[in-house]
Amino acid sequence: MTLCKVLGPVVATVKHEAFRGLKLFVVQPVDEGGTAAGDSFLAVDRTTGAGEGDTVLVLREGTGIRQLFGMAPSGKLPIRSCVVGIVDAVSGA
Amino acid sequence: MYLGRVVGTVVASVVAEGLAGHKLLLVQPLDEKKAPRGGVEVAVDTVRAGPSDLVFLVGSREAALALDASFVPVDAAVVGIVDEVFA
Repeated sequence: MTLCKVLGPVVATVKHEAFRGLKLFVVQPVDEGGTAAGDSFLAVDRTTGAGEGDTVLVLREGTGIRQLFGMAPSGKLPIRSCVVGIVDAVSGA
Repeated sequence: MYLGRVVGTVVASVVAEGLAGHKLLLVQPLDEKKAPRGGVEVAVDTVRAGPSDLVFLVGSREAALALDASFVPVDAAVVGIVDEVFA
């Protein structure tokens, strides 16, 4: 997974049905100190309730996300990145 | 997934099996400030987006999963028209 900071939501009325009911955020990958590292991208959130400013764990692997959504690994879900946790603290490094 | 701006359309009369009949858009990927990031790419449309629309896309293998057919040889799909980005 990737440590990311939630920059804010993306609002889209017209979207593929797979995204219906999901929140969509711009997330910025960060290093262990919270400094931006790499390019921002979009991730959905289904269950964690993360919001702007939160540090989150993002899964960037479609097969894992399909299983997370209760689908077969061969299911049809055009989603590649999903928030899977809200980070309380990072230590070490 | 990532943001992009539709900058044109692409017509190809000779295409790989499975790709026929799909609308192709020319898209400029954008960062969260809507500034261009990287080069223009060709994406298949699933939401009837058009030129100048701000959209979001899914790339790689999951792009093919945005379409009804069992397999379409694409690596980018427009899957939403963006109203607003709060970032």
